[in-house]
Amino acid sequence: MVEKGIGQAVPRKEDRRFVTGRGRYVDDIRLPGQAWAVFVRSPHAHARIRRVDKASVEGMPGVLAVFTGADAEADGIGPLICGWMIHSRDGTPMKVGTHRVLATDKVRYVGDRVACVVAETLHQARDAAEALVVEYEELPAVVDLATADEAPALVHDDIPGNLCYDWELGDRAAVEEAFAKAARVVSVDLVNNRLVPNALEPRAALAAYDPGRDEITLYLTSQNPHVHRLVMSAFNNIAPEHKLRVVAPDVGGGFGSKIFIYGEECVVAWAARKLGRPVKWREERGEAFLADAHGRDHVTRAELAVDADGRFLALRVDTRANLGAYMSTFSSAVPTYLYAPLLSGQYRIPAIHARVRTYYTNTTPVDAYRGAGRPEACFVVETLVDAAARALGIDRAEIRRRNFIPPDAFPYQTPVVMTYDSGDYRTCLDRALELADYAGFERRRQEARARGRLRGIGIGCYIEACGIAPSQAAISLGAGVGLWESAEVRFTHTGKVQVYTGTHTHGQGHETTFSQLVAETLGVPFEDVEVIHGDTATTPVGMGTYGSRSQAVGGEALLRACHKIIEKGRKIAAHLLEASEADIEFEAGVFRVKGTDRRKTIQEIAFAAYVPASYPADLEPGLEASAFFDPPNFTFPSGTYVCEVEVDPETGRVRIEKWVAVDDFGRIINPLIVEGQVHGGLVQGIGQALLEHAVYDRESGQLLTGSFMDYAMPRADDVPSFTVEFAPGSPTPSNTLGAKGAGEAGAIGAPAALMNAIWDAVGTRVEMPATPERVWRAIRQTQMPQAAE
Amino acid sequence: MYAFEYHRPASVAEAVRLLREKPEAKLLAGGHTLIPTLKQRLAQPSDLVDLGGIAELRGIREEGGALVIGAATPHGEVETSDLVRRTIPALAHLAGEIGDPQVRNRGTIGGSIANNDPAADWPAAVLGLGATVRTDRREIAADDFFTGMFETALEADEIVTAVVFPRPRRAAYAKFPNPASRYAMVGVFVAETDGGVRVAVTGAAPCVFRLTALERALAANFAPEAVDGVTVDASELNSDIHASADYRAHLVKVMAKRAIASALG
Ligand SMILES: Cc1cc2nc3c(=O)[nH]c(=O)nc-3n(C[C@H](O)[C@H](O)[C@H](O)COP(=O)(O)OP(=O)(O)OC[C@H]3O[C@@H](n4cnc5c(N)ncnc54)[C@H](O)[C@@H]3O)c2cc1C
Repeated sequence: MVEKGIGQAVPRKEDRRFVTGRGRYVDDIRLPGQAWAVFVRSPHAHARIRRVDKASVEGMPGVLAVFTGADAEADGIGPLICGWMIHSRDGTPMKVGTHRVLATDKVRYVGDRVACVVAETLHQARDAAEALVVEYEELPAVVDLATADEAPALVHDDIPGNLCYDWELGDRAAVEEAFAKAARVVSVDLVNNRLVPNALEPRAALAAYDPGRDEITLYLTSQNPHVHRLVMSAFNNIAPEHKLRVVAPDVGGGFGSKIFIYGEECVVAWAARKLGRPVKWREERGEAFLADAHGRDHVTRAELAVDADGRFLALRVDTRANLGAYMSTFSSAVPTYLYAPLLSGQYRIPAIHARVRTYYTNTTPVDAYRGAGRPEACFVVETLVDAAARALGIDRAEIRRRNFIPPDAFPYQTPVVMTYDSGDYRTCLDRALELADYAGFERRRQEARARGRLRGIGIGCYIEACGIAPSQAAISLGAGVGLWESAEVRFTHTGKVQVYTGTHTHGQGHETTFSQLVAETLGVPFEDVEVIHGDTATTPVGMGTYGSRSQAVGGEALLRACHKIIEKGRKIAAHLLEASEADIEFEAGVFRVKGTDRRKTIQEIAFAAYVPASYPADLEPGLEASAFFDPPNFTFPSGTYVCEVEVDPETGRVRIEKWVAVDDFGRIINPLIVEGQVHGGLVQGIGQALLEHAVYDRESGQLLTGSFMDYAMPRADDVPSFTVEFAPGSPTPSNTLGAKGAGEAGAIGAPAALMNAIWDAVGTRVEMPATPERVWRAIRQTQMPQAAE
Repeated sequence: MYAFEYHRPASVAEAVRLLREKPEAKLLAGGHTLIPTLKQRLAQPSDLVDLGGIAELRGIREEGGALVIGAATPHGEVETSDLVRRTIPALAHLAGEIGDPQVRNRGTIGGSIANNDPAADWPAAVLGLGATVRTDRREIAADDFFTGMFETALEADEIVTAVVFPRPRRAAYAKFPNPASRYAMVGVFVAETDGGVRVAVTGAAPCVFRLTALERALAANFAPEAVDGVTVDASELNSDIHASADYRAHLVKVMAKRAIASALG
């Protein structure tokens, strides 16, 4: 076994700098002569901009410039884009409302960017931003889905009914036929609550223009620096692609919110060029609540047709999704192709049809947030499964077993696009039930009752599509880019290894897992590997990190680059050892002539490659290799979460007593890191289910939960100690590494398990977030009328 | 934040003088309310007068059977004080339920009651025990001190120096925290004192208030069941995104029962 190789719980390399306060984030970078940008944001949810009075701040101390949308337009700065084309059922393309880097005609949500003030210091910029006079003519606002299509307010004057698209997937006729014949139909109406991503590090940008090179360097809180560079050059006209360098240094979490190309970074880069000075912008926490793309916000009616034995026959889903005021970079894909193709869950469902309508509202744009579409799908499916079990009086675990896709059915083609790669759902479920002592639950329920508590248990079986994405498939479904990944491996003279990856780590620990992968494959010490990422000037073009893709796609690219190194090394070794290439075997960092003790270490080979004293005549010197990997299919991690809660019937407060997670992530590179990913995902899922909710005032369109005083983030004492186990696993055939991806699972499966447990405890379904008042009201309505008083 | 002048006086008298000289000055105690307000530019004081350098404002002592807590004493000191735990353990418990360790190490009792946040915990104890607020110039009875939402009987240049808590026969505090802020969504302080039973409710209404109907019921029978016969008028209570007035009215009764049970403990 290689020390610190694949499969070992190696502590994270990067923690040395993070826990000693030596991380280097965008805001830690200070360039000589840097000026500060502050954005003037709309206080109104919807208003026409009458006038921006630049003269109102002229002559204020330190003010260097005020930029407006008109200035940006005059300079040819292009509007922001949505990179995934969706067509409506009638074949028409989605209706895209123009999304300018700074608003010109109207503001469309509280926090919309109206102007940017640049000054010598941050405080001077703030003073001027506050003093800038902007005249608005207020318009009525629409903030929620209930009223989006009939609202008097048109978010974009040219988009009727605020409808962006009316999309469908699946076979409607087959579904209708199955429903007509079904023994039983269960239905649920669900709300998937809107969330604020709240990465620990708010967004920031620092741009510098070098007139000598005519080049812009942009330090940015980005999950995908090359995607930022591509879009900002191709669509926003910030600079030609080769004259724009995007650097994403240490980034403190993203959860999706740092994928997107926002107006702020475009303006900062453009301002730096115009002023000939570095310009920095750093978001305030309150600003992040308004300006970072939100997540979820669906309203869904879903129906499941079942036969008398509880076998699923067909699923019908009708979802309305809130897009916010503008389309964001991937916002069209989230409620469509990242959602509906996962509606088969872990089950054989012969016919599925989903209709999705998305609406513009006067709220912050909504885009991918940890799980992106898949938590919404899982919640729909797992709620319906519990509803069916209740309706038919079948045990909730048993109804799942009856409907699981069996292990011998893979690859399994669902009726909604996806071909599942591998899985053993029943083994995961049974193991989770065993760890949770599902069999002994009724005893615990009785015991809790005796103490005046309502105890419930819930199951959530999730399926996830990771390893985003096979390019041809994604492009055929509307993606504007390929979604392969890249890696480069470079040996130095002294046998050290530099790894350049197109993925980006902002909390995932790639520096550690990629080093393990290289240590395992090339047999070099883990400590001799340096992983370099996040700089378009040094790393190969890559698509970045989201959708649990870095290991499954980026790791595979790295593995392939390592294999190229071995192949070249074999040629050099054969030459040096005077053997034929076919006779050279490679193991644990050593090239050896088969059956002999003649050997060269990979470090010796690297030295020979750079100091080619004796070298194959037809071979290039140097030892480096790069590889791109475009996966043939998604990967499909799966698992079961079992959650046990106790509810205080007098207050409605829910306490999670126990949590079991059994996940099948395929091959695991570092169980310590993966367990951490599961913990983090679970906490975010629990946050959605119990606590988090972005609430807008219906009249004014103000975000009522604009700070942590009102937006409830989960804290350590809100969550239990988790029991996490990895299923023996079914390595994915989608890559040779066998890794499926683990970054989002927790957030996908947790809400369903937890909400099903609450349902079980109180006897009626409660909407997310299950606040104490909601739970208390549910209890009053059902089993404890005496608590009503 | 807007610019301001910073002062760190060594005595209460000097602090009062500064407040008089600079009419736009504000006192700074733990800063856990004031600093966020300044950072959001919601206040623009000309001067900040930091109370942190005034030794006489800090500390906990006994005085003629009463417990005296200096205005600049942080919650954490109250929480862990042996004296408090021995004499009025309900105060140590209440202090321990405020915020998190960082907040308790900075936030002060004087700052909390001077601010009189409708959801703050200290006002429930001050009113519930019938405490006396000592200032640089007078003593104010709890019943006269909390006058409205974020309003108190303090004059603009008046400084709270200490709070004097009479020792009750028994007392307890039960808090239902707001899931986001962890301030009180409803907090009920119950005390049986020499002057009778007192019940103070925080979090539920625009200002801490006494639940006199329950006080009467408890005077007759100091037991959790006494709550059952009492109605809490929801029309006077707050409704917001976290809790409706109805629910708060219900929680007042639940928390009152729990406080009584724990006082009987
Ligand atoms: C994250 C967080 C969580 C919190 N959670 C809770 C909670 O659960 N429960 C709770 O009750 N509180 C909570 N607080 C409030 C905190 O505990 C303090 O009580 C509060 O901030 C006020 O005390 P301070 O010492 O910080 O006052 P400061 O912020 O310094 O001052 C507040 C106001 O009082 C005035 N002032 C201060 N001292 C005096 C004085 N001696 N005389 C006259 N005026 C004075 C100041 O001028 C200012 O106007 C929380 C605060 C934070 C930041």
